Amino acid sequence: MARYFLKRLAALSLSLIVASLVIFALIEVTPGDPASFMLGLNAAPETVAALREQMGLERPLPLRYLGWVVGMLGGDFGQSYTYKIPVADLVAARLTVSLPLALLALALAVIVAVPVGLIAAARRGRATDAAIMAGTQVGIAVPNFWFAMLLVLLLAVKWRLFPAGGFPGWSDPLAALRALTLPAIALALPQAAILARVLRSALIETLGQDYIRTARAKGLSRAQALTRHALRNALIPVLTILGMQFSFLLAGAIIIENVFYIPGLGRLIFQAISQRDLIVVESVVMILVFAVILVTFLTDLAYALVDPRLRRRA
Amino acid sequence: MRRPLLILGAALSLTALAAALLSLIWTPYDITQMAIAQKLRPPSPAHWAGTDHFGRDIASMLMAGARTSLAVALVAVGIGMGVGVPLGLAAAARRGSWIDELIMRGNDLIFAFPSLVIAILITAVFGPSALNAIIAIGIFNIPVFARVSRAGALSLWTLDYIRAARVAGKSRTRISAEHILPNIANLLIVQGTIQFSLGILAEAGLSYVGLGAQPPTASWGRMLAEAQTFVTLAPHVALFPGLAIVATVLGLNLLGDGLRDALDPRLRGRVA
Repeated sequence: MARYFLKRLAALSLSLIVASLVIFALIEVTPGDPASFMLGLNAAPETVAALREQMGLERPLPLRYLGWVVGMLGGDFGQSYTYKIPVADLVAARLTVSLPLALLALALAVIVAVPVGLIAAARRGRATDAAIMAGTQVGIAVPNFWFAMLLVLLLAVKWRLFPAGGFPGWSDPLAALRALTLPAIALALPQAAILARVLRSALIETLGQDYIRTARAKGLSRAQALTRHALRNALIPVLTILGMQFSFLLAGAIIIENVFYIPGLGRLIFQAISQRDLIVVESVVMILVFAVILVTFLTDLAYALVDPRLRRRA
Repeated sequence: MRRPLLILGAALSLTALAAALLSLIWTPYDITQMAIAQKLRPPSPAHWAGTDHFGRDIASMLMAGARTSLAVALVAVGIGMGVGVPLGLAAAARRGSWIDELIMRGNDLIFAFPSLVIAILITAVFGPSALNAIIAIGIFNIPVFARVSRAGALSLWTLDYIRAARVAGKSRTRISAEHILPNIANLLIVQGTIQFSLGILAEAGLSYVGLGAQPPTASWGRMLAEAQTFVTLAPHVALFPGLAIVATVLGLNLLGDGLRDALDPRLRGRVA
């Protein structure tokens, strides 16, 4: 296990190093002079010079890269040019919105997908199963931002059950949750559809195993064998998919936050792009990539903990 | 009909393709012509999908949008296949060597990136355009095809006739091209269909947030973004582009699933 852990940890570090190099190259090298890029064509030369000074652009590239990485390791993500506050503070504030949104969506997806997948597997080949499978096909094909618009139209504008957008802050937790409900539903839909499908095929796979036949032979009903024995084993692939889906959830959240005008990380990225605040873009993207790589790493570990065969293969 | 879902998928996909091709020579109305007096009209015999906030015919814009969506996704799949398949074949031909290691670890790296975030980054730096959307989506297709072709090729390399070809003196490259590639073509077609549908969703998402095709090029994602302001006044402006995306993506997914089952007899009767 220790060897597997170390191998995965090395892969994690390598991914992060390459990711940071790619992001640094894209943001700081490709646009030519980042300072002129940020300030636009009509900027006065003095302003550009001042920003160059502030960003430390006079230093050679490798030093700039190392400075950026070392700063991040110490929690210093630079200073936002437009907001004039540390990027770390900006991100921390936005995370209090984005993280609950992502977790809420994940929870919703699991709550919907597990029973749906169970029912489909139990009724395999029947009309219920076919209907569920058709439903999940549509769920996967629906772009979540469009689904979000339909939700707003129906549940916010017509029936006035939820706010159509915006976020009131956490001082009133109930209002905050209400504001996050529609975005979370929109985010959860494709995830739930994918999860339900994966769970169903995993269940069907395990249902064919000998130990399920044994369980049935010793007197367990189909439902009992399904929930007590098959579900636990089928959860392993579901867990992996969940980890992989995190990246899609993150990307989806970026778009969904823009549909609902929710001040999370996704809105921050787009505001920073339109304001050409490269410092914010660079650091926020790095943080998002870090989050995804970390989740993949943790999923790998969880997987190996549950399934000893994987440790040996590594 | 023995495979109703495959046929439905093929029909939906072909409809989108036909609309895209037809839009090259004919659309019911000129989509560059504004007619403000006709704006936000609901569906009618003259405009069967209604008109948008500039009075443009939505059905015509959907046809032109199909062209953008399909072109972006198709070229992105082409990039993924063109680069990914040779890499996968090379990795399989030298299984366990440093080339294999390098290619597979590189794949893992690209997989680890959240694709849309990087797509956003690319378009942020190089400016929003259909071309940058294609590159951004295409890069993330590479590891997918590399993996699929490597996995498919690995099992073939153990077969006797491949070994015989090796003994007869054929180079690994020639064997990969002449014997392995034709045998994994089915796999690639199925995966290609799936990546194609993902590409359409990705293109829609990118143009929805303004990072895809720019005006005056019509695109489904941007039609939805523009519709958002008027959706309470005229829900049809948001309804049809969304339905177009769903129908196309659904069609391609059904086509991919159906082809996989039809091409692989072992999977017959199983539904993933």
